[in-house]
Amino acid sequence: MTEKKKLRIATTSLAGCFGCHMSILDIDERLFPLLELVEFDRSPLTDIKHCGPCDIGLVEGGICNAENVHVLREFRKNCKVLIAIGACAINGGLPAQRNHLDLSSCLTEVYLTEPGLVHGHIPNDPELPLPLDKVHPLHEVVKIDYFIPGCPPSADAIWKFLTDLIAGKTPELGHGLIKYD
Amino acid sequence: MSDTFQLDGQPVVFESGQTVMQAALAAGHYIPHLCYHPEFKPHGSCKLCTVKVNGRTAASCTMPAEAGLEVESDSEELNALRRTLVQMLFADGNHFCPSCEKSGNCILQALGYDLEVHSAGFRHQFPDRPLDASHPDILLDFNRCILCELCVNASAEVDGKHVFALAGRGNSKHLIVNAESGLLKDTDIALTDKAMSVCPVGVIIKKGVGFSTPIGERRYDQRPISEQALDDAPRLPSGEAHD
Repeated sequence: MTEKKKLRIATTSLAGCFGCHMSILDIDERLFPLLELVEFDRSPLTDIKHCGPCDIGLVEGGICNAENVHVLREFRKNCKVLIAIGACAINGGLPAQRNHLDLSSCLTEVYLTEPGLVHGHIPNDPELPLPLDKVHPLHEVVKIDYFIPGCPPSADAIWKFLTDLIAGKTPELGHGLIKYD
Repeated sequence: MSDTFQLDGQPVVFESGQTVMQAALAAGHYIPHLCYHPEFKPHGSCKLCTVKVNGRTAASCTMPAEAGLEVESDSEELNALRRTLVQMLFADGNHFCPSCEKSGNCILQALGYDLEVHSAGFRHQFPDRPLDASHPDILLDFNRCILCELCVNASAEVDGKHVFALAGRGNSKHLIVNAESGLLKDTDIALTDKAMSVCPVGVIIKKGVGFSTPIGERRYDQRPISEQALDDAPRLPSGEAHD
């Protein structure tokens, strides 16, 4: 008897708060039956640094800097199905609230002119990824196959979506599970 | 004198002078709608209520009911069209539900839920629309305006005040406040005005309320809009059954 090959899943958080990852953990003991079906590639759960070939990629957060673009492209290249999870991945969310402001005036206010700052300077270490002029939803940078809305989506919504997908069905959330807030 | 038309193959009784939308809602049949409000003359602009009448598309809120019409509403084709309209509205403004006080009570959001809209999909416009927080009791957040004109009509027709108007054309069309300063504090708007209660989205916000009803316990958290809208619609006089 041959064991059914497990699906390989990668997850990451870009311009997000890891709230969606907390919600993934919130599926609680259902993680055990999930682990019968899947194994994790790059994810905060494994600490693997680069995404290899995967069946499903889950990306939390929008795109706010150059590194986000590289990671997202790596996910798109390696994942057969790419899912944007949470409000920020879908429409930029909270970080995108800076989009109507000028980036340099944001940095100036935060690091130079904010009252109480002493010897402030705008960080310019080559290790730091450069911020983008605007924050973008994921689908403006690569093709996204599915979206799980919510801030964060509930554990039940994530569970329903993933189990539908793994079962080969078109994922549907329905009233109570589909939430934008 | 009443007659019938067919809606998705079911007979709907209507009174002379009713629109397809009015007759359908009164008879307990839901047609998705956004800018239509039962107390105001239909605007016909959001097109969410588009149906096919004898094979041609029409806004059901402005389409007069006629005997023998064959109206198609709940089809995958029309719901896909409605989904796209909702997505375009979300991409056009700044609709950040997690930080919006109207979340859970918002008709645009509730339609998104009901139509299984998982994302706006289009390129987001991220327009720059400053708030008007000048009034002591009322906040205006233009970021969420969908130009339905309900506040304009409510203020003019019910309140007799003309506090709001739409200005500009095309992509630059926007909601304005009727005061020399352009600020809400210089109008005679009051919390008891009809204009305060008709906004389907989160533009006209009463200050000091915030999240006193928690997210998750709000109107469309409890029931989908397709059920709630039927309760909100004017009904036939009691005794007249409709199935």
